[in-house]
Amino acid sequence: MNHFIIAPVVLPALIGGLIILWMRHDMLLQRVFSTAGSAILLGVALYLAYYASSGEVFVYRLGNWQAPFGIVLMLDRLAALMLVLAAFLALIVQLYAIGSGWDRKGWHFHALWQFQMMGVMGAFLTGDAFNLFVFFEVLLIASYGLMIHGGGGLRLRAGVQYVIINLLGSTLFLAALGTLYAVTGTLNMADLAIKVAEMPAQDTALLRTGAVLLMLVFAIKAALVPLHFWLPSTYANAPGPVAALFAIMSKVGIYAIIRFYTLVFPGDSLVEHLIADMLLPAALITLVIGQIGVLGGRHLGRVAAMSAVASIGTLVIAVSMFTPASISAALYYTIHSTLSAAALFLIADMVAARRNGELWLTLRPKIRNSGLIAAMFFMTAIAIAGMPPLSGFIGKLLILDVTRPDAWWIGIWSTILITSLFAIVGFGRAGSTLFWLPFQLQRIEQQAKAEGKPRPTGPIPPKLEPDEHVQDIGDAVSPGLTFVATGALLAGLVLLTIFARPALNMTDAIADQLFDTAPYVNSVLIEQEGARQ
Amino acid sequence: MEALVAIAIGAMTAAGIYLVLRLRTFPTVIGMTMLSYAINLFLVATGRLAIDKPPILHGHAPLTDYTDPLPQALTLTAIVISFGMTAVVVLLALGAYIEGGDDYIDMPDSDRRETGGDSE
Repeated sequence: MNHFIIAPVVLPALIGGLIILWMRHDMLLQRVFSTAGSAILLGVALYLAYYASSGEVFVYRLGNWQAPFGIVLMLDRLAALMLVLAAFLALIVQLYAIGSGWDRKGWHFHALWQFQMMGVMGAFLTGDAFNLFVFFEVLLIASYGLMIHGGGGLRLRAGVQYVIINLLGSTLFLAALGTLYAVTGTLNMADLAIKVAEMPAQDTALLRTGAVLLMLVFAIKAALVPLHFWLPSTYANAPGPVAALFAIMSKVGIYAIIRFYTLVFPGDSLVEHLIADMLLPAALITLVIGQIGVLGGRHLGRVAAMSAVASIGTLVIAVSMFTPASISAALYYTIHSTLSAAALFLIADMVAARRNGELWLTLRPKIRNSGLIAAMFFMTAIAIAGMPPLSGFIGKLLILDVTRPDAWWIGIWSTILITSLFAIVGFGRAGSTLFWLPFQLQRIEQQAKAEGKPRPTGPIPPKLEPDEHVQDIGDAVSPGLTFVATGALLAGLVLLTIFARPALNMTDAIADQLFDTAPYVNSVLIEQEGARQ
Repeated sequence: MEALVAIAIGAMTAAGIYLVLRLRTFPTVIGMTMLSYAINLFLVATGRLAIDKPPILHGHAPLTDYTDPLPQALTLTAIVISFGMTAVVVLLALGAYIEGGDDYIDMPDSDRRETGGDSE
């Protein structure tokens, strides 16, 4: 056993605890330790990804208990990819949070951040369904704290909604797990795979109920229509860096869908057709609703949130095909949509910091650093809408390609392509209102000055009092660092575009490993001391 | 006994769902507590209902003479988590009430349209 497999869970837990116990009152120490912890976490994740790239499945038996009885952590290529993605995102966004001063707007930002990473990492690594529930709770309870970081009436209200919907999701998760346990007598994912495959077809009624309940839970996490209602208000009202980190949270739901419905309920079982038949229409409607939201949004945070909903829709269209090629395309799109959604939330936060913390798409005076932020927004919008040359284009092309064999391909293609147009128009409108209209205002002002008239006061609202729970550029410790962090996410998108072929080779290898479940199951159950043969 | 447990779970779930669908935080919190009670009972029942049997294998007693200990452990975990989460949501609801002035759950208008400042 390689003990590094548990390091992504233990390391953030230790650092989070240390931050609470020892450096509660020292922001500088917190920043240093938390950033160092995230950097080491990224290092460990990269090492584990290298380690898993051999194609072997590694098992870590906690307490060295035998497999169906004890909890196992599993490291395979998929888990390794998600670890690297999450650790990279966490480090970059954390730098943004430090640079923008968000981390000192409330208590315990860095400790919560570390606990959040502990939960995310654990959810990617665990090989036990109940343990997955526990890690979901860990990441959720940390995310509740992060979501309301900084306070403010609207944010707390949105936070209450977020907590309630997730508590209901947890209740549903327990019901699903209870049903699965009652039918199969096990909660170890590899053991579940065997028990489900052995089950006679006429006895699967309860099993199918459990599988569908489980999918509802993951759909709540991933924000699939009709379970997406919590997302727009939550993301639009969360602090910018927190919303950016949440880009990986909806991917935890996607990861769980891919993991469960390739391993435990694979393609030849009765269950999966049911799941795929439900996922595809839900994904198409999610995409349409998300892009209409982008088109109609009156608030940049809401536009960004709806574009996150739309990207989940696109992603799940690919997942619902459940072929190796489609999962590979979905994973490529996962990397792209995580980075681009996070970048968009950071850019929205940068705009908010220069507009007294509000993001309504109405005429305001020109903001500081307007040119650079506009360029970043333009690039991100191109990536998210799926226009060439960035990775969104490649991702959407791949998804169109893998849906060709499907009977519904005309519907899928027209939905994806038409809604892309919505996104282009929506982002174009948002961008021109934020960055171009102010020039018009400037011109009117100059004209008025030249003619000796008093300044027009109509369209400019009175300056809001700077408030603690909104972001203000004056609070930023280092505006430069915020640009560097956002730039790093965009650089990730560019790299993903340039190295699309190696990235696709990697996601192909992941998909092949996912659909060949025998090594996974064997490494848990057969290759251990005193295994039953 | 099966019927009794099933009716209890069903009644609590129904009451929980009804309360969760209210628009105010207090009934919603009560509703979620009801739901978690129902789920805890359900989890215990997933190990089959057995009376007067220890949750361990003991001595030379036949293998059938015990009850499954795992659901009980799961239930304990679920109780602890739902207890903690209820505390979190109560505090959060209190915060939202103090900041926002009412205990409604749905977002105020100022979340959807520009009202020229916060509605607080």
